[in-house]
Amino acid sequence: MHELSIAMSIVEMAQEEAESRGTVQVQAVHLRLGRLSGVVKEALLSSYEMACHATPLEGSRLLIEEIPVEVFCPKCEGPRLVTSIQWFCCPECGTPTPTVLRGKELEVVALDLKALETAE
Amino acid sequence: MSAEPRLVEVRKNVLKQNDVIARALRERFRQAGVLAVSFVSSPGSGKTAFLEKTLTLLHPRSRVAALVGDLATESDAARLARSQAPVKQIITGTVCHLEAAMVQNALDGWDLNDLDFLFIENVGNLVCPSSYDLGEDLRFVLLSVTEGEDKPLKYPTIFNSADVAIITKSDLAAAVEFDEAAARRNVQAVRPGMEVFKLSAKTGEGIAEYLEFLEHRRMRSSPPASARR
Repeated sequence: MHELSIAMSIVEMAQEEAESRGTVQVQAVHLRLGRLSGVVKEALLSSYEMACHATPLEGSRLLIEEIPVEVFCPKCEGPRLVTSIQWFCCPECGTPTPTVLRGKELEVVALDLKALETAE
Repeated sequence: MSAEPRLVEVRKNVLKQNDVIARALRERFRQAGVLAVSFVSSPGSGKTAFLEKTLTLLHPRSRVAALVGDLATESDAARLARSQAPVKQIITGTVCHLEAAMVQNALDGWDLNDLDFLFIENVGNLVCPSSYDLGEDLRFVLLSVTEGEDKPLKYPTIFNSADVAIITKSDLAAAVEFDEAAARRNVQAVRPGMEVFKLSAKTGEGIAEYLEFLEHRRMRSSPPASARR
């Protein structure tokens, strides 16, 4: 279970990014998560809540876009989505392939920021 | 001041810090002509016995060293010290995997130029280590015959992230009715083309081919003498 340390890295990264943009509050973090990243979505979501506790990100949301595994088929000479991560084959011609093009992502892609009302 | 939410693009790899250190380690290994090999497996698959055998057999003819990750004890390092090779324990505490920074810190005080092989034994865990690059040249995933042939299908991510699969405890294969063909099929399903070695650290079966593979890979990875600084 390494999702908590990953969630803490996400919170830290989002906080740094937000601080560099002035007096703002992070409302949501958009994350791209590959099916081969080794990170479980559900575990990450519950860890995120814990990681946000008592930080400026408390109450923010983690929005996860899951990325399927895409391989390169040497026979069709093109990218193909595998139907199962237990079977690294081209879904069209059945050729086995170890070449992964997408699916290992663990990336913060964007933040929803809200400007804080500053005292006048 | 506007209180409308706005979307700003970030695009940053969450494990960037780890990856930066891993890349630097890989470059250090390359410069020094060291082949760095990491071992991952579930607890009890025979990683330490396999590592002990590897160190003992390589030690007379090559310069070898090992880092071993463990949650709490130092007993593995004591056991491996019998091989006469330099061994350092990395105690991870509650952390269930090794990270590149832990490897970097553990290498403090060692001159990589004095080594031919560096072995890194990860914490026994088939889930978490898959996300962390340690800068190794090769990642071996171990599967003991007593664990069952379907391990690769249950943990496809770690098998996919590895370069070589090692089937250990082959001396027990008959006793547990290990279906080797099925195990090899399952490895190929999650990582087509992956090299597989079947061996026993106890009887020595299959060890010669595996050592030959290691030596061959090291020759391939070491830079020509003229490229060394």
